[in-house]
Amino acid sequence: MHRPTRLKDAQAEESQFQLRLVIAYGFMVLMLLTLAARFIWLQVMQYEHFATLAQNNSISLVPVQPNRGLIMDRNGVVLAQNHAAYTLEITPAKMADMEATIKALGGLVDITPRDERRFRKFLSESKDFEPVPLKLRLSEDEAARIAANAWRFPGVEVKARLFRDYPYKELTSHVLGYIGRINQRDQQKLEEDDKLANYRGATHIGKLGLEAVYEAELHGTNGFEEVETDAGGRAVRSLRRTPPIHGNNLKLALDIRLQEVADKLFGQRRGALVAIDPQTGGVLAFVSKPGFDPNLFIDGIDSTSWKSLNEDWQKPLVNRAVRGLYPPGSTFKPFMAMAALQSGAIGPYDLRPAPGYFTLPGSSHQFRDSNPRGNGMVNISKAIAVSSDTFFYRVAWDMGIDRIHPLVGQFGLGQKTGIDLDGEASGVLPSKEWKEKRFARFKPEVRRWYPADVVSVGIGQGFNAYTPLQMANATAILAADGKVFKPHLVQEITQAGSGKIRLVEPRPVRTLAFRPELYQHVKDGMVAVMRPGGTAARLAAGLTYTMAGKTGTAQVVQIKQGAKYNAAALAEQYRDHSWFIAFAPVEAPRIAIAVIVENAGFGAASAAPIARAVSDFALTGKVPAELQGKMMTMPQPAPAGDKHDASAAR
Amino acid sequence: MQAPLAKRIWDAIAAPFDGWLMAFLAGIFVMSMLVLFSASNQSWHKIDNKLVYTIMALTVMWIMANARPQTVMNFAPPLYAAGVLLLVGVELFGITVNGSTRWLNLGIVRIQPSEIMKTALPMMVAWYFQKYESTLNWRHYLVAVALIAVPGALVLKQPDLGTAVLIMGAGFFVLFFAGLSWKIIIGGLVAFLASLPVVWNLLHDYQRRRVLTLIDPMQDPLGDGYHIIQSMIAIGSGGPWGKGWLNGSQTHLDYIPERTTDFIFAVYSEEFGLAGNLLLLALYLGVITRGMLITARAQTLYGRLLAGAITLSFFVYVFVNMGMVAGILPVVGVPLPFMSYGGTATVSLAVALGMLMSIGNTKR
Repeated sequence: MHRPTRLKDAQAEESQFQLRLVIAYGFMVLMLLTLAARFIWLQVMQYEHFATLAQNNSISLVPVQPNRGLIMDRNGVVLAQNHAAYTLEITPAKMADMEATIKALGGLVDITPRDERRFRKFLSESKDFEPVPLKLRLSEDEAARIAANAWRFPGVEVKARLFRDYPYKELTSHVLGYIGRINQRDQQKLEEDDKLANYRGATHIGKLGLEAVYEAELHGTNGFEEVETDAGGRAVRSLRRTPPIHGNNLKLALDIRLQEVADKLFGQRRGALVAIDPQTGGVLAFVSKPGFDPNLFIDGIDSTSWKSLNEDWQKPLVNRAVRGLYPPGSTFKPFMAMAALQSGAIGPYDLRPAPGYFTLPGSSHQFRDSNPRGNGMVNISKAIAVSSDTFFYRVAWDMGIDRIHPLVGQFGLGQKTGIDLDGEASGVLPSKEWKEKRFARFKPEVRRWYPADVVSVGIGQGFNAYTPLQMANATAILAADGKVFKPHLVQEITQAGSGKIRLVEPRPVRTLAFRPELYQHVKDGMVAVMRPGGTAARLAAGLTYTMAGKTGTAQVVQIKQGAKYNAAALAEQYRDHSWFIAFAPVEAPRIAIAVIVENAGFGAASAAPIARAVSDFALTGKVPAELQGKMMTMPQPAPAGDKHDASAAR
Repeated sequence: MQAPLAKRIWDAIAAPFDGWLMAFLAGIFVMSMLVLFSASNQSWHKIDNKLVYTIMALTVMWIMANARPQTVMNFAPPLYAAGVLLLVGVELFGITVNGSTRWLNLGIVRIQPSEIMKTALPMMVAWYFQKYESTLNWRHYLVAVALIAVPGALVLKQPDLGTAVLIMGAGFFVLFFAGLSWKIIIGGLVAFLASLPVVWNLLHDYQRRRVLTLIDPMQDPLGDGYHIIQSMIAIGSGGPWGKGWLNGSQTHLDYIPERTTDFIFAVYSEEFGLAGNLLLLALYLGVITRGMLITARAQTLYGRLLAGAITLSFFVYVFVNMGMVAGILPVVGVPLPFMSYGGTATVSLAVALGMLMSIGNTKR
């Protein structure tokens, strides 16, 4: 092809360019005129035709709701299910006289003042063209009566809907949370996340607990139905249907029977228990007492129930296992011991005096031991077994906070564990920087870290504050010789359509950098806790496997110098909290437990028996004597075999 | 002394903006706010977001309009290279949504590199021609074709036919203004038509269905034809004067898909009628006419090539989107400039128009 390689004539080049500009412009104008012609064709010539079509547009797209995924325990027992029921719904936009209609409907079915109050609340939160439920869970009879009279009430519909149900009520409240009606805040959030389309026609959304965290899995994907409608907007005939994709099912690591055993053992007492499988991080039991009935929240809680729950001094709505912060008391000592050994502040066989009190050089302040006579000379394992305070005061003093903080922090204390629940508290593993920040608005004397501050930290008092979940997690890490897993409630996610299973991989997050031989010394101490001479020796009676534990007593109020702690003289909510951490079997741990019973005094007295019974049930299937025949998860005292519930299949 | 100072500040802000373009854009902006409010079922949240996008768009437009084209030009090669690298990144690590892989997660933000290419590619080709202005020969055209084909193929592979056509189109417009021989253009067109059967076989199923739907939407009125039919009913039933703002029955009874984004023009048409459509067409034609004038007066080869390509691309967006909604082009995901809801498209268009303004500001 012959082309001039150089355009020498600028004039020619310029005019060629201008010519192309004119051609391009002409082309664009022509195409826009084509569009204009098309609009004239559609909007003027064909106007009548399309106007009629729009008028009679009788085909509408109706979203078809997916079924929410089920939540099951590790053995397939269903913990959150759906059941179908009829609701009576009103679309405000299609209503001429709302009050008259409600009154007339009241003649057909019983509409309680509570139904009406709830209806008005929903009404104020929804758009005019969205149906609003007036009465939920109609009986077959009521539904039939309304259907027979439907012609009298345009805009009134009886709909079959799926309702969520938590059969184990209080037992699962702090794990599952609940779903509730989509409110304006949820709506806003969905819009921001660009998920509104998938929630068209949906009424409920996960609000708390696993229901909220796994909302994206559980909800599923909307389907659509194209229906022909009559003039009143009622569906006459279904033309085409894109089926919804149902939500995915969750299978938990939790064993509902173990959960019930733990829950019932608390009785009326307040507290929390978390049991973790140290080999996977799976949460086997997760109790926060008191609980509440999550079913109350699904369709809007009434104000009396809400008030009684919200204002209860026992705070049943607070998830103590992830939000409750308590000083760990002596259950801190095993972790402190690991730090001390690793730092070289003390050798595994070194003996130290453990007298009745400890004083700092040049000070008369006495840090007292819980045993006023002291424990003689002890090594580190013995110090754990007898829970010597003065031994750990001294160790903490020798180490200083700057060495304690990073080493104890390895066990995840003072940090969120990353469990699959919302609202986890991080707690406090004290350090100089922390104190500086915490008291930033106070005088320098308050903000400063004093060397003496470290002493009480050594025995788990002072500024220490952790969640029961953190304590269980730290115990699991210790039991697994430093292997760290992220604690998780959900173990498997089953895809609704395909049945494909996604496992929540138990992947070790990391392995701690402690010298491997150190764990045995600390574990020896914890085993000795449950042997004669140990603080929980009584608890070991009848053990058929090996168990390691540590008692703890967390002060709620400071006792004055020279005064004695007298439980009877203190109001209940100022009494000490009772702690116990444990794992079993010692050789190959399958369960790690942390229990706290609020205001229940010495750890061995209240918390330890719960831990023992839970561990018994988990490892041998033995139901505690006082619960025999009272378990709702086990109608008859059943052996610990796997129970595959038929209702698990959808 | 107050008034002169305020005036000086105003002048400083207004100076780089092109008065004519800004007037047309302001008109489009007013219409877009009205229609978005209606299409989103009166969501103030969406209006707030759109205001934020508009402020962002004005800011980048101002920055681009202030920058000298000769300076910006030097960024073309690195920008283009980064765009190609990101497209390769999408191919390797991209996020797949609805079967096509278009997004790249950079940790903080998710980006759609093909969006960058819409501007980076014509800049690059224009830069290339400018660089070899005095020695242009047919080899340079070959290189330019390669510059266009590489990102085009990468986007085609995602697959995103609509965007690939837009990107390659922008590149082709540069070639056209650079004086690509008519013989080649016409030859290429013939070759393209001849290869259509082959292309047909390469198309994905859903793409073929879209074309078939266009030819006869009534074939499957409840299936693939549904959206097109509903959107044509919306436009047609709008009539000469429209049903009035907030009164579109097609819109508010949920018959129109994607009604705040790709199909927003159907909502507009239903509520404002033929009169509204002609007004909007006139506003877009105003932008295009002004763009052509800037192109005609541009001083450098780079300036005229880029200005021409930007203007033609702008026209293509308008035409493809309106044509799709009006049922004369297949359904492809092309937003209507400054009308459709969405931050990325608004801002990247603002960058392009800002560059157009700066080319216009550079006087002979």
